[in-house]
Amino acid sequence: MSELLRLDGVACIRGERLLFENLSLALKPGEALWLRGPNGAGKSSLIRLAAGLLRAAAGTVERRGRCALIDEASALDAEMPLRRALDFWARVDTVDGHAVDRAMAAMALAPLSDVPVAMLSTGQRKRAAMVRVIASGAPIWLLDEPANGMDDAAQARLVAAIAAHRDNGGAVLLASHFAVGIGDLAELDMGALA
Amino acid sequence: MTTLLALFWRDLRRAWGSGALWLPVLFFLLVATAFPFAVGPDAPLLRRAGGGMVWVAALLAALLPIDRLVRPDRDAGVLDQLAVRGIADEVIAAVKIVAHAIAFGLPLMIALFPAAALLAQDAARVEVLAVGIAIAIPALASLAVLSAALTAGLKGGSAIGGLLVLPLAVPLLIFGAGMLDPSGRGAMKLLGATSLLLTMIGPFAAGAAMRGLRE
Repeated sequence: MSELLRLDGVACIRGERLLFENLSLALKPGEALWLRGPNGAGKSSLIRLAAGLLRAAAGTVERRGRCALIDEASALDAEMPLRRALDFWARVDTVDGHAVDRAMAAMALAPLSDVPVAMLSTGQRKRAAMVRVIASGAPIWLLDEPANGMDDAAQARLVAAIAAHRDNGGAVLLASHFAVGIGDLAELDMGALA
Repeated sequence: MTTLLALFWRDLRRAWGSGALWLPVLFFLLVATAFPFAVGPDAPLLRRAGGGMVWVAALLAALLPIDRLVRPDRDAGVLDQLAVRGIADEVIAAVKIVAHAIAFGLPLMIALFPAAALLAQDAARVEVLAVGIAIAIPALASLAVLSAALTAGLKGGSAIGGLLVLPLAVPLLIFGAGMLDPSGRGAMKLLGATSLLLTMIGPFAAGAAMRGLRE
């Protein structure tokens, strides 16, 4: 089976600092990889590299299929009700409202549909960003600290969503400084690379 | 196509949300009201100088919202999310230019008439002004989005933004105000050519600037 995401010998330089070099990884359908390590180890940079938002100083990045990204910014219009803010991304991703309905149910956000995004808590905003990822239907998930600010119940829903995505043949690259509690997970310790 | 329409409506909604629709109108009328107080109520003088004043006000009205055009999208991660979806920065910039041209252009055209009346412009000159500004609106929107993209990464960038595009906007002012001169017959064609050029440059230059924001 071919890889959905493949990084070959990539190096990343931020500012004047070499974060990592000669890093290779590959994700096949159903696979997930946990990027662990302390703050500043280059987890987020690797996610952005994989997403194509940063250029690798060396090496190649190949993606087969669309990507869905979570990073520290929620990219939801603060003044909009949650549902309408998510519907904007559904239109951008050309998926229908049912996909958003299902994703909102999966992250238990349906009761907050009419609440403006500005009124949501950090954890609720992370769940909303997760709804966008689930609804997008993209095979490659790039999740940068998705569990930050989430309570235990929300983390359990996140873990379930990731498991469902892998069962459907998706791949997940997850950066987190703490264990989220996903079973059957490969690890890459970014702290050990430096 | 659905994607581009979604982007377009979002930009338009954000531009016109919270009463911002009337901002250029109010700004325009403010200039038109203040100018006669500053130079005195001498009708022949107002008629001669007022047309140029309308052009200056139109340029400033276009640059008024530049801190809202790109920076909030960048800070909220919207530009990153669009880039992840493989949408070219040039396309995003082009959509922003079209949305801004409509968002500020339509109210500007409406505000033009009371402003021209306050500046003692007669019917013939109002017509020339309306045609000229309609030709220049795409270029003004293009310059606004360009300066917004260039200054999105800077603190207090909107103040620099105006200075940045001023040299590019000068031909628009020269040819636009030149249309009011009875001897300036070729001015409209030159204005059209300038407007076309600036409108074409906008998406590419602003797109490159938006790509630079990610590095």
